[in-house]
Amino acid sequence: MSFERIKEKLNILADAAKYDVSCASSGSNRANTNKGLGDATGMGICHTYTEDGRCVSLLKILLTNHCIFDCAYCVTRKSNDIKRAAFKVQEVVDLTINFYRRNYIEGLFLSSGIFKNADYTMERLVSVAKKLRLEENFNGYIHLKSIPGASDELMREAGLYADRLSVNIEIPTREGLKRLAPDKNREDFIKPMKKVKNEIIQYKAEKKIIKSTPKYAPAGQSTQMIIGASGENDYQIMTASNFFYKNFNLKRVYYSGYVPISYDSRLPQIGSEVPMLRENRLYQTDWLMRFYGFHVHEIVNETHQHLDLDIDPKLSWALRNIHEFPVDVNLADKRMLARVPGLGMTSVYKILHARKFRQLNWEHLKRLGVALNRAKYFLTCNSNDFERRDLEPEKIKGLILQNSKSKFRQTTSNQLNLFG
Amino acid sequence: MQKVVVYDGSFEGFLTVVFKVFEEKIKQVDIQREGNVQASFFGESEEVITNKTQADRVWNGLKKKLTPFGRNQLYYSFLSELESVENILLDYIQQVFAIPENIEKDFSNATVLKLSKIAKSVGREKHRMEAFVRFRLTKDGLYFASVAPDFNVLPLIAKHFKSRYADQKWVIYDIERKYGLYYNLENVETIVMDFPKEFDFTKTSKDFFAEEELAFQELWQNYFKSTNIESRKNRVLHVKHVPKRYWKYLSEKQPF
Repeated sequence: MSFERIKEKLNILADAAKYDVSCASSGSNRANTNKGLGDATGMGICHTYTEDGRCVSLLKILLTNHCIFDCAYCVTRKSNDIKRAAFKVQEVVDLTINFYRRNYIEGLFLSSGIFKNADYTMERLVSVAKKLRLEENFNGYIHLKSIPGASDELMREAGLYADRLSVNIEIPTREGLKRLAPDKNREDFIKPMKKVKNEIIQYKAEKKIIKSTPKYAPAGQSTQMIIGASGENDYQIMTASNFFYKNFNLKRVYYSGYVPISYDSRLPQIGSEVPMLRENRLYQTDWLMRFYGFHVHEIVNETHQHLDLDIDPKLSWALRNIHEFPVDVNLADKRMLARVPGLGMTSVYKILHARKFRQLNWEHLKRLGVALNRAKYFLTCNSNDFERRDLEPEKIKGLILQNSKSKFRQTTSNQLNLFG
Repeated sequence: MQKVVVYDGSFEGFLTVVFKVFEEKIKQVDIQREGNVQASFFGESEEVITNKTQADRVWNGLKKKLTPFGRNQLYYSFLSELESVENILLDYIQQVFAIPENIEKDFSNATVLKLSKIAKSVGREKHRMEAFVRFRLTKDGLYFASVAPDFNVLPLIAKHFKSRYADQKWVIYDIERKYGLYYNLENVETIVMDFPKEFDFTKTSKDFFAEEELAFQELWQNYFKSTNIESRKNRVLHVKHVPKRYWKYLSEKQPF
């Protein structure tokens, strides 16, 4: 293999793939078989982090950045004047294997621009995965993109070799999509997603009866939405997200703050700030939905369409529902403890175990790692010393902000500096 | 009067000390590792010879009181090799046997909490090694990695690498503790290696490493750069995730 040529392609095709934020390598259950290479049973591993602080777990590349579509938000759009390149199937296989053997990566994340048509592209992606599994006996993690509009037959085959499949919705609303990606329609995204969902259900059912049924996309499906490109508010975004979680059993929805890459007047201009803080708030909301037992509309709804930037969504919810507090840390159930600002699920777990032995007081909670500067307004414990003043939510918010120096406050002040 | 007990540094050695403390009902004890003994003017010092039978008795006793979670907390903490961690462990074990309930998750107990924090740091270091080990292909077709972890985590990572790299020979060498793991396509063994004087762990010399090795490192480094989004640059976060002390063994951080 010619290293110089490969290097050039790698630079172009890794650069083009980096706006896809998914890098998860967990959730699969593919074990090493017949003394082959690789194992994807454990938790995911971030082998390194880029200088922007994102996890590098997979070799994330496009097969090619040639594309017949012209989506405004995409860096590989047809009308963009950039260098184009394409990997051969074998080149991707060799790179993956050699990186994997050196413990650089957990596996491969392969996406592609759409050349010729959807099926032709999907077929090439599948053939990379197939080669890795069948010829190289590779048991590491493989994430393939489902190409919008690909046939059911190819999607079925893809799931037999990949651990995860994903198709990016990109624009949360139908109208936004129409404006920014006129060649695409929402149904093309939904179709492969639906096919994969149904196959997963079917394979799981068959596996219960016939043990030798092969695995089908054991790490499930995910999708991604771009934030801040098409004017949607947080209520619309999280409602869309909830829709995909519920209807397609998605493992993850990713939110990607739009990085301006074009002078197209339909989009934020180059040089405008990447909405990273907002992205962070959306992820927090996502977590509240998936792990903390919140319903999406408790956090965002008709009357509360935007997430607060200065405080986290759980604190925001608690301040709007102050009548539910304070709760007794020694009596409250798991569901309610998880709703207390300043208590993460790890703290909740520790509290539930520790309180079987004795009544907990502030000192215990502090040592357990509870963020008391937030939690103390919402809790009582085995102590007479608790917040007695009948504080208004606004007042609590002010006190908390005064006494915290969190990462997001720094961001807000950085943003101010730009103008100051 | 406080008694100083010196053992050989092995886990079984430590358990033998625990056995002795129970057997002889020693009230005040300070456990120290051989080669790491703090001078003491007061009290007597005694060397304990590792005894597998006695160690097993203590371990089997612990098995009856603790779930694998609690036993892991113990073993992980032991591997931290922190100054006088043995005394905390002894305190923990004494409480485990003294209290009727299983205390391993009593996070309001100061000793349990202390141990869980130490075990957590060791677990984090284990995970870091699973991430940061960088194999380099030698001329003999062996994948070689040198590491210098904060804690003695090699015993904890052997299984992970064995099931992952089942079809290649590999060595993971702890430069600080001067021993390594060697997988010979069948089992993982503990080895001690002599390195030639001119061997520099941080360099990939053509004298020792395969022809194409540097080219792959360069590709990897290129990938590392290409996948970064400049407008999202966040060095604080980057260094938090990849602390500088690990850089010298990371291929993507080597100068070319």
